[in-house]
Amino acid sequence: MLEILLDATVRAGTPILFATLGAIINERAGIINLGIEGLMLIGALAGFAGTQASGSLLVGVLAAFAAAMIAGSIHAFITVQLRGNQIVSGLALTMFGIGITALFGRGMVGLTIKGFERVAIPGLSQLPIIGKPFFNQDLLIYFSFLLVFGIAFFFARTRWGLALRTVGENPAAADTCGVPVLLFRFLAVTIGSGIVGIGGAYLSLATTPMWIENMTAGRGWIAVALVIFASWSSYRALAGAYLFGGITAMQLRFQAMGTTMSVHMLQMLPYFFTILVLVISTIRLQKGASQQPEGLGQAYDREDRK
Amino acid sequence: MKRFAFLALAILMILPQLATTAEANDKKIKAGFIYVGPVGDAGWTYAHDLGRKEMEKLSFVEPSTYIESVPEGAESARVINGLVRKGHNLVFTTSFGYMDATLDVAKRNKDVVFMHCSGFKSAENVGNYFGRMYEPRYLSGIVAGKMTKKNIIGYVAAFPIPEVIRGINAFTLGVQSVNPDAQVRVVWTQTWFDPGVERDAADSLLDVGADVLTMHQDAPATLQAAEARGAYVIGYNSDMREFAPNAFLTAPVWNWGPLYSKIAQEVKDGTWKTESIWWGMKEDLVQLAPLNDKVPADVKALIAEKTAAIKAGTLHPFAGPIKDQDGKLQVAAGSTHNDGELLGMSYFVKGVQGTIPK
Repeated sequence: MLEILLDATVRAGTPILFATLGAIINERAGIINLGIEGLMLIGALAGFAGTQASGSLLVGVLAAFAAAMIAGSIHAFITVQLRGNQIVSGLALTMFGIGITALFGRGMVGLTIKGFERVAIPGLSQLPIIGKPFFNQDLLIYFSFLLVFGIAFFFARTRWGLALRTVGENPAAADTCGVPVLLFRFLAVTIGSGIVGIGGAYLSLATTPMWIENMTAGRGWIAVALVIFASWSSYRALAGAYLFGGITAMQLRFQAMGTTMSVHMLQMLPYFFTILVLVISTIRLQKGASQQPEGLGQAYDREDRK
Repeated sequence: MKRFAFLALAILMILPQLATTAEANDKKIKAGFIYVGPVGDAGWTYAHDLGRKEMEKLSFVEPSTYIESVPEGAESARVINGLVRKGHNLVFTTSFGYMDATLDVAKRNKDVVFMHCSGFKSAENVGNYFGRMYEPRYLSGIVAGKMTKKNIIGYVAAFPIPEVIRGINAFTLGVQSVNPDAQVRVVWTQTWFDPGVERDAADSLLDVGADVLTMHQDAPATLQAAEARGAYVIGYNSDMREFAPNAFLTAPVWNWGPLYSKIAQEVKDGTWKTESIWWGMKEDLVQLAPLNDKVPADVKALIAEKTAAIKAGTLHPFAGPIKDQDGKLQVAAGSTHNDGELLGMSYFVKGVQGTIPK
């Protein structure tokens, strides 16, 4: 039973994990992105359409990444180049995503594709309990593992990662050191958006291989909250996404097994935990353990004197 | 010349009369639809939109308007009002939550006919309509009861409201009529439209051994779950067999076209009057989608027989004796749940495993 539960947890958590990782890259560079929901939808549609047209799942994933990147570059242009309001631009991006995918997705409704299938990793998938849930999954899930470690390594251990963090913390200081602030921010927003798009594509290529309007059903907003929950760390993003996916999976399985626990109670749990963790992380913030990039939400203008 | 002028005068005198009679015959129907979901949901809204398109084939119906994903509640009044202001003379509001908003707008626009789906309120210019979906649900239960081998059938349920409960009960009564050992396990998703959660709910039922699934949501996620795990599945809303070519057995489906065409015709003729329409299989508003070839011939014959009985009115799915989950008699032998009881249904019949969230 634990195996099954963990397996469902990973599968339910993965789209949220991609979206959270993408959002973290955005925010590490100092740009708030509330367009996650819209980007996920764009990724979901582009991924489905790409696979439908080419018959290849890889093409679908690349299409999702590219389409979300292009959409994200609108946000990047407005917030980085034009120094527009990041909240407004992000919200607009979400609405744009919902609308444009509804429009272009019309012809995709009712079509079917062959979605991602499980590929067991020899040896590791034989491990007790964790073997099946973590090492007998589809390729996108393995990719999400790599991404978690890759992003953590990038920010902690590489020169570019350090530069990008500085851009988010104190763009003026980064500028003084010769880091091209605007370029870094632009790249962080577009690449982060692309990763969010893969999260959407996970829904349309693996969870339920089909295109349906608005199929992300609010997962993008959960990702926005999880960024704070994870205090901008990719490892904690993994924990948060799986916590959220796990509680959803658990409450459904409790019902199927016929527990007498109140359904409303069970369904409240994920949100209850979100609030709980937000409270804890806020208390930690007050104690000075702030992980939030100092320059988050602030546009950078070299000529702006502070 | 004089004669010509006389003729012209005569024509001029007759013309207005011709015009008025022509106007009575030429009344155009400009219909507007308010949808709760996107047309692309492949389910509830999609079925309504098929009905809309069928209605549009009538010569006197002008191209109609539809507005998708309108949030339920007071907000929807603004959207409904917008349709009225743009000159629509027939407005369909196709979800329960539009009921009060529809009545509200109707009060101020007496010259427009409103039709509200799945509600219970009406007014001078507001009618309501729905279908006896429990009839094909009952038939699909028979199919499930015959096809299950493990005697565990999974039901991915939406929200705990009478409409959904009625569906679960009708389905279970169908199951029990042919297979009293089978149980129907219910998992509530509390969603109308979240493919991810619905897929997970379907998987959780398969995990506890269900080998036939059915659902009440608008998206075909449950079908894909059954297809992926080699189980059988019964759809809902519209025929979605392309999502699960091997697993799909049948589906209780909506067929709004005939009803929408009838209402448009009545409004054009001026014979429309307020009524509560609750059509069933007899009127073809609800149907059972064609059975998959995996269903054995004797079951197909049984379904054909029961379909005929329901259409003839000799078989009512909610005819007694009906016991609830605790074994208490809810309907005595010889009597039947009346429409009021059906519309307010809030208990599970024997054979359902699960609880109704209170």
